Amino acid sequence: MRGFLLNRLSQSLVLLLIVSVIGFVVLNLIPGGPLAQFGLDPSMTQDDLNRLKEQLGLNRPLWMQYLDWAWRLVQGDWGHSFRDGAPVLDVIGRHLVATLLLMGSSTVIAIAIGTWIGIRGATHRYSVFDYLATVGAMVALSIPTFWFGLVGIYVFSLRLGWLPAGNMYTIGDGSALNYLHHLIMPSIVLALVHVAIWSRYMRTATLDVISQEFVKTARAKGLSERRILMKHVVGNALLPMITLAGMQLPSVLTGALVTETVFTWPGMGRLFLDSLGYSDYPVVMGLLMFSAILVVLCNLIADIVVAIIDPRIRLS
Amino acid sequence: MAARTEAVSGDDAALSVRGLTVDLPKGMERTHAVENISFDLKRGQILCIIGESGSGKSVTANTIMGLLPKLIPVSSGAIHVDGSAIIGAPAKKLRGLRGRVVSMIFQDPLSALNPLMTVGEQITEVLTAHGVGTKASRRKRAIELLTEVGLPDPELMYYQYPFRLSGGQRQRVMIAMALALEPTVLIADEPTTALDVTTQAQILKLIRDIQRRKGMSVMFITHDFGVVAEIADSVVVMEKGRVVEQGSAEQVLKSPTHPYTQRLIAAVPHLTGKDRAVREKASNETILKIEGLSKTYRSGSALFGSQRIVPAVKDVSFDLTAGRTLGVVGESGSGKSSLGRLLIKLQDSDGGRILFEGRDIAKLSESEFRPLRPRIQMIFQDPFASLNPRSTIGQILTVGPVAHGMPYAQAREEARALLAHVGLDAGAFGRYPHEFSGGQRQRIGIARALMFKPKLLIADEAVSALDVSIQAQILKLLDQIQRETGVSMIFITHDLRVASQICDEIAVMQKGQIVERGPPSQIFLDPRSAYTRELVAAIPGERPRDTRPIAVNS
Repeated sequence: MRGFLLNRLSQSLVLLLIVSVIGFVVLNLIPGGPLAQFGLDPSMTQDDLNRLKEQLGLNRPLWMQYLDWAWRLVQGDWGHSFRDGAPVLDVIGRHLVATLLLMGSSTVIAIAIGTWIGIRGATHRYSVFDYLATVGAMVALSIPTFWFGLVGIYVFSLRLGWLPAGNMYTIGDGSALNYLHHLIMPSIVLALVHVAIWSRYMRTATLDVISQEFVKTARAKGLSERRILMKHVVGNALLPMITLAGMQLPSVLTGALVTETVFTWPGMGRLFLDSLGYSDYPVVMGLLMFSAILVVLCNLIADIVVAIIDPRIRLS
Repeated sequence: MAARTEAVSGDDAALSVRGLTVDLPKGMERTHAVENISFDLKRGQILCIIGESGSGKSVTANTIMGLLPKLIPVSSGAIHVDGSAIIGAPAKKLRGLRGRVVSMIFQDPLSALNPLMTVGEQITEVLTAHGVGTKASRRKRAIELLTEVGLPDPELMYYQYPFRLSGGQRQRVMIAMALALEPTVLIADEPTTALDVTTQAQILKLIRDIQRRKGMSVMFITHDFGVVAEIADSVVVMEKGRVVEQGSAEQVLKSPTHPYTQRLIAAVPHLTGKDRAVREKASNETILKIEGLSKTYRSGSALFGSQRIVPAVKDVSFDLTAGRTLGVVGESGSGKSSLGRLLIKLQDSDGGRILFEGRDIAKLSESEFRPLRPRIQMIFQDPFASLNPRSTIGQILTVGPVAHGMPYAQAREEARALLAHVGLDAGAFGRYPHEFSGGQRQRIGIARALMFKPKLLIADEAVSALDVSIQAQILKLLDQIQRETGVSMIFITHDLRVASQICDEIAVMQKGQIVERGPPSQIFLDPRSAYTRELVAAIPGERPRDTRPIAVNS
């Protein structure tokens, strides 16, 4: 187990190194570069630009810039935003809370409902329920999220007036209930797609396990169907799902761009879009590294959790 | 409970099946999985149900357990287990009987145990499900059972996960589980088929011992007459869903009346102990000479310790005379399949030499070896997995030779001729693998290998997946081909009986090494090494020096 951990950890570090090099190089080579936004400003002369370059160290060779940036990154100094001079980590942190709130709730919804639909679909294969779940999943997957968002806003905010149309809280009202009220619609909209994906995978995984010999053994022992499902089927079916969750979680954390835009949710997706618009290179680079670390970390955690649950990996 | 193996009257049946018919869904080969079958399992006896694949023996077992899938319904008949009717009983009642009155063990002990639960949990679960005992008493009972089935260190075994156990140990756990509530009837569905021959002998003995000690009634499903001879009190022979013959073991084995039973018994390979006659055209030329061949598997990373090193083949040397057959026999993990893969260079060896027609091929690179590849061909074990399901038989046969430069028209003619030669009609050329039975597919596999006119054939468990009657035909075909073409053969198998049928010489492998090598007469009648003796003694239904229960010459 220790060898396994060390092994996976070293792989992760190499991966992060590669991502950072590629990200850094690509971002600095694309036309424009970090100072492009000043080029459009008529009050800036070429001398001013050169002086800025000098100040920011942008006139050094690229590899030197990279090493400097990477060294400071390791030390915890992720640079400062071009927009307001705030430290990049602070900027990310501010938006991370909002994203975590949205993602956490939508992931919980997605896993809970998706698992249930998947298992029930598998145990009642070809039933009306299974058929409807299949069709429902197809619909949820093929209709874009923003459409669901807009329909939701139209129905529940404009027509019925039950739910707020956007933002994380009403200004001046910071109560938990107010946050919750704002959270309902975006998290459900965001969960829709993930429920669909999760339930399809869960159904397949459950069907795989149901046809295993040990399920037949359990029946031969005289166990009730309920106990067979809970004790023998679900545990084994969830194993591959943990890996799936590890792969999906980071995309959930970074990629709710559409939902966050529709509901003007001040999360990471919005931050990324805005920073690109402002050519805010330090923040873009920071977000890139942050999401890379998340991806690597989530996969690592998933592997570890699988290893903890599965004695075949844990003990060998 | 006293043993009651003798003197039972007809109505004293632990299990009775009367006029049972189970339908198959429309569009299948037959209309019934089993049709109007009746038999009794007398108290305190072992009843063997024997038949080839598709005979309906497993369906019968599943019906008795009430475990049939909904797709195949029972259409008529009655089953009584210990007086309780099974057919038509509500699910709840059936569940109460399962594991308590009748329990079952399965063929593959690896997949039959939940990988995420400890051995102890899986055994106590039976007791919990039927509301027996307290937590402490259940644990005590589980350890008692683990002791009873002869598992080492039961206290520790209780907390083990199945993947840590060997195949034989897992099957012992299954038996412990099935015995937990001392059921009246134990159904064993091919419980030793997936095991090595020495392990099989131990498990058979265990089942027999426990059955005697507890006076239990056992219904034992098998395809192996050797196993029947070993443990059966009475026998039911099934063919295509019907019972064709039943009676006491002695009666059925010694004087079978139904032609199918006779055929089946005649097809069972027996230890001949007789050496194969040398062919007239036999030369003394050595086609293959192996010197000090070795292969070690390494897994895990060397960097962070925890590396596993498995020496699969250790310093193996032998030679093979042209036109002869060398059998490589061993249990799982003995390195026999690794050896086969090294010889056709599907894997590179770590050391040693492979002299094929005097030339060392061990060191050749893939591109250097390619021109030689047609001359060494392989026949694979699984006739289902080794043929591409999306290619026609014609494509399968011709693609190789054409790639090696044979004109297509010629390849096609030769393929048609070969198909006829291996006993298939020429119409097979345009058909797909799924249209053929297992035996036919293995014939196609043989034809595919012969297309290259090889000098050396390596057959890796080539008949292990086949029913005995098919097995006998394929062995005959291989023998005939060798006589006609003078091809040399290395025949890798776990089955000593099969090896004795076809080999001029046999090499017994254990833990990567050849422990004994010699003609069949030596290996079977006068084994020199202790391991070979053990292997030969473990063969079910064969006691070369004893009076054998069956006297059939094959």
